Amino acid sequence: MADAALFEFLHTEMVAELWAHDSDPSPGGQKMSLSVLEGMGFRVGQALGERLPREMLAFREELDVLKFLCKDLWVAVFQKQMDSLRTNHQGTYVLQDNSFPLLVRMASGQQYLEEAPKFLAFTCGLLRGALSTLGIKSLVTASVAALPACKFQVVIQKS
Amino acid sequence: MSRPAHRRPEYHKINKDLFVLTYGALVAQLCKDYEKDEDVNKYLDTMGYGIGTRLIEDFLARSCVRRCHSYSEITDIIAQVAFKMYLGITPSVTCNNSSRNEFSLILDKNPLVEFVEELPAGRSSLCYCNLLCGIIRGALEMVHLAADVTFLQDRLKGDSVTEIGITFLKKLDERKYRRKK
Repeated sequence: MADAALFEFLHTEMVAELWAHDSDPSPGGQKMSLSVLEGMGFRVGQALGERLPREMLAFREELDVLKFLCKDLWVAVFQKQMDSLRTNHQGTYVLQDNSFPLLVRMASGQQYLEEAPKFLAFTCGLLRGALSTLGIKSLVTASVAALPACKFQVVIQKS
Repeated sequence: MSRPAHRRPEYHKINKDLFVLTYGALVAQLCKDYEKDEDVNKYLDTMGYGIGTRLIEDFLARSCVRRCHSYSEITDIIAQVAFKMYLGITPSVTCNNSSRNEFSLILDKNPLVEFVEELPAGRSSLCYCNLLCGIIRGALEMVHLAADVTFLQDRLKGDSVTEIGITFLKKLDERKYRRKK
């Protein structure tokens, strides 16, 4: 879908800016960094969460919220569902996407593994932001063993 | 990518909103990083340029446009095919000079500013949508057309319409264009 393409292009460009400044630090202004990307993703995730239809927001329990993220939110944002969701039933969830769209354009396998975190920071924020709108405080990190598969780890923060 | 069994209309909106919201977050971040409006504008234009140089391939792959013989045809395609495809709007096109190399795209609706009521305080020279100018410029350069692309009018700045001006700089050399294909 063309709309999705625009987001992907913008995201790639934002990450490319991060790359450029890593290798050539220049003066003037705070440049993009992983935490900045994550922060932007958070704000966008919050805003997206606010746009969800009302009936989707009546969740009975925490696991339902995570299932919602894996199915409905992921489909809305990335046109596919998350491939698996695991939990220890003690507030930690691992969401696995075997073919994460923002990584798919990069080579598959071990090449560019170092760069992968840059492509995941925004989405980690997105998940954290959506969870926040749904009333859940969390810490979200991501890991990649082999592109384009990746895992998002969500740890619920009890206040 | 697997296709979902159903596509709820809410999902479509969320997908459109994703780009617009991300863009808004980007502009907000740049306003934090750069004090001067000109610097933010320049940065947006540069990022847009980078996107445009890659977007053109995506566009050509999706659209099967035929070869153009005039700047006027190219501008029409930008307005009626490209804008429609990526942003869902069709700006109207006017030609501004008799040598037929200066054009304007008049945007009646602008999805990029859907969630923006007005420019932030102290940011009156911000060209909020400057990414678009860079995208057009970068895309045109990849098909060997040099152009200046700027905002001539901006509703966010109080003008009655939003107008993007495209000035083609080099004479369109048909021979050169054909060879590059």
